[in-house]
Amino acid sequence: MRPANARMFRAGLVALLLALPFAATAAEAPKPPPQPWSYQGVFGVFDRPALQRGFLVYKQVCSACHSMSRLSYRNLLQLGFDEAAAAGFAAEVQIADGPNDEGEMYDRPGRLSDRFKKPFANEKAARASNNGAYPPDLSLMAKARPVGADYSFALLTGYINAPSNVQLMEGMHYNKYFPGFQIAMAPPLAENAVEFPDGTPASIENMARDVVQFLAWAAEPKMEERKRIGVKAMLFVLVLTALLYAVKRKVWAAVH
Amino acid sequence: MAHAGGITAHEHAGAGEPGEGHDATRRDFLYLAATALGAVGAAAAVWPFIHSMNPAADVLALSTTDVDLGPVAEGQAITVVWRGKPIFVRHRGKQEIEELAKTDIATLPDPQADAKRVKKPEWLIMVGVCTHLGCVPLGQKPTDSRGEFGGWFCPCHGSHYDGSGRIRKGPAPKNLAVPPYEFTTDSTIRIG
Amino acid sequence: MSAPEFRNGLVRWIDHRMGIFSFMHHELHEYPTPKNLNYFWNFGSLAGFMLVVMIVTGIFLAMNYTPHVDHAFDSVERIMRDVNYGWMLRFLHANGASFFFIAVYIHLFRGLYYGSYKEPRELLWMLGLVILVLMMATAFMGYVLPWGQMSFWGATVITNLFSAIPWVGESIVTLLWGGFSVDNPTLNRFFSLHYLLPFAIVGVVVLHLWALHTHGSNNPVGIDTKGKQDSLPFHPYYTAKDLFGLGIFVLFYFGFTFFAPDFFGEPDNYIPANPMVTPAHIVPEWYLLPYYAILRSVPDKLGGVLLMFGAIGVLFILPWLDRSPVRSARFRPIYKQVYWLLVADCLVLGWIGANPPDGMFIVIGRAATVYYFAHFLVLLPLLSVFERPLPLPASISEPVLKGGGAAGGTVKPMEKA
Repeated sequence: MRPANARMFRAGLVALLLALPFAATAAEAPKPPPQPWSYQGVFGVFDRPALQRGFLVYKQVCSACHSMSRLSYRNLLQLGFDEAAAAGFAAEVQIADGPNDEGEMYDRPGRLSDRFKKPFANEKAARASNNGAYPPDLSLMAKARPVGADYSFALLTGYINAPSNVQLMEGMHYNKYFPGFQIAMAPPLAENAVEFPDGTPASIENMARDVVQFLAWAAEPKMEERKRIGVKAMLFVLVLTALLYAVKRKVWAAVH
Repeated sequence: MAHAGGITAHEHAGAGEPGEGHDATRRDFLYLAATALGAVGAAAAVWPFIHSMNPAADVLALSTTDVDLGPVAEGQAITVVWRGKPIFVRHRGKQEIEELAKTDIATLPDPQADAKRVKKPEWLIMVGVCTHLGCVPLGQKPTDSRGEFGGWFCPCHGSHYDGSGRIRKGPAPKNLAVPPYEFTTDSTIRIG
Repeated sequence: MSAPEFRNGLVRWIDHRMGIFSFMHHELHEYPTPKNLNYFWNFGSLAGFMLVVMIVTGIFLAMNYTPHVDHAFDSVERIMRDVNYGWMLRFLHANGASFFFIAVYIHLFRGLYYGSYKEPRELLWMLGLVILVLMMATAFMGYVLPWGQMSFWGATVITNLFSAIPWVGESIVTLLWGGFSVDNPTLNRFFSLHYLLPFAIVGVVVLHLWALHTHGSNNPVGIDTKGKQDSLPFHPYYTAKDLFGLGIFVLFYFGFTFFAPDFFGEPDNYIPANPMVTPAHIVPEWYLLPYYAILRSVPDKLGGVLLMFGAIGVLFILPWLDRSPVRSARFRPIYKQVYWLLVADCLVLGWIGANPPDGMFIVIGRAATVYYFAHFLVLLPLLSVFERPLPLPASISEPVLKGGGAAGGTVKPMEKA
């Protein structure tokens, strides 16, 4: 079950119980079509090569405007990059550190323990560079929107020409999945914007799919661990409960 | 799991069941199996709670500190932070090193040669935490008391350390610890 | 009740000086319990189990949580990402709140169906309601702690309820906030109280159990036990039954915790609190939705607040509104119908609470609110007078004089004890 459907499901459950016609709350934009993510389901896991490609898309495209400040370079090890590769990504950026003995802040190459470098120092600086719009942090984006992964994929691939009856505001772009349809973000992905080392064609759809999977991982890096432990815990409780049922039957045998 | 393990075989014997022979054995086995499995589950459930108190991933990741030794003149000492603890870095002179090398190791509470405590004799790098009960010894600042052995002196309970950070007098049981470090260049070290 | 003979010498030594083992033996082991309790009687111990889970996970979460507006959200995300098993503790805690309420609501509606609030159990019932109120306060303040958008705006909206109080309302809200908006002082005190109140709940739970053990459990037939043949010692009969029920309950609890941990949550709470932007749809957690619906169905601010608190308040005087001498709905043909209507009504209120207050939702919400209060204030007093109950069995062991099967447990699908 996808979490973002929670409210709808709860309401639906109530309506079902009452056999009342259930009117969904009218959403402005169409519902993002569900995508087949490999990490869904009880045993679903992330697709490591896709995560690595997705990180490259983030690094080469999204990170120009969007921070992911809840991630550290050390987290890249989880994507299947080896330590040298992850340290290499870290060392590509200059991180502000200090103060040094003279009391000055200074830049040094990033380390594995550093958080992802933010493109802007603060929200004001981000708005100043982006025509007044604030590119949100993407660390939790896959969880911070209803059906976040499907929505993000729909958004990245949902740019179309504005219908003739729509007056686009200055600096805005038309996206059929964005609430209100007018979005400040220009279409971020262009064919072959990224070159994938594994030879995957960098079509817009491929890039969108991979970067969204990367976002889904970033929103909950412990998801695989959660499900792995969950399966064990459920099996254990199931066996214990069966045993407790047998015990209960035995105890009550004389009473019934 | 308030009741976990509450049902044991002997407790149940008086519960008013006429079970005999084969049936009683089967019953006892059930109770034992349920109790044992419940105990295993309770034990397994405790671990995540305990382990959550261990250092988290971000804490473990911050375990190295780079220090530039260049500005530290002979006879000077600096204190840097590594894992939230003070690290003493002292630039020692030739004469001091030779003096320390002459110490009769056999007389020490925690016998260790000075050469074994350094990578380059002129640089002494130690965790500045008294091995008695964790105070930070005096001796880094020129005005500090350095104790009777010319090294460091812990004011909390009166432990005296020599110029190699070895315990010479007082309640501390061990020499000041040497952290893991390496020289990344001739004049910089990485601790951790 | 005979004094127990303890085999262990140390146990005997302690018990002679402080009769704690005798007490436990008396109250947890030989404690006579009606033999006909069905599985709906499991939910009291399940609620107790959840209280323990919440306190234990909460204590460990608090070790890594920072109650400061600049760090609260980050510290929760650090728990999710970096603290060993932190995600597990947090999801157990967040979903635990929902399952605590599930257990308590089923427990409460069981009491309603079988008339467990009636003489001599009025205090037991009222203490349970006190626990419910404390739980709601605790849950509300706990929801504020992650300092996401829903946390912040939930806190703003709920604390503003108090501004409806005439003359002193504004001052009270300022006092609650410790400032002129929900801010760091608010978060700090909410954390303090969120840590404190669960222990107050433990205290009231002790009183609740004390009241329970004074007259013992009610039962599906609703008539008093009349001797040994009607009851069983709590251990091993109900310990075994409670443990089996616990296993089933935990399966559901773990199912959500490990496989749909955000099901009961809102995506907006994964956005850090922003005092300048209100989310489009503010919804409280599901367990507060019915009250929220009642609040919104009154067009007057003070009236809405009063009615919302009145929804709980009316439950406190329920034992005096329902004067029918018969406890169990099994023998009350009309009450049984209106009971299910009330259940449906509460579900409708929950559904309305989850939807924006416009159009049909307002109309349905108002009708459901009126029915809720009419159930307690009009229907129950009337039924007390006009309903003709079915003949009661002579005792629990000899269930029915005629008609057959009512207490046998084979007829009604919901009672498969």
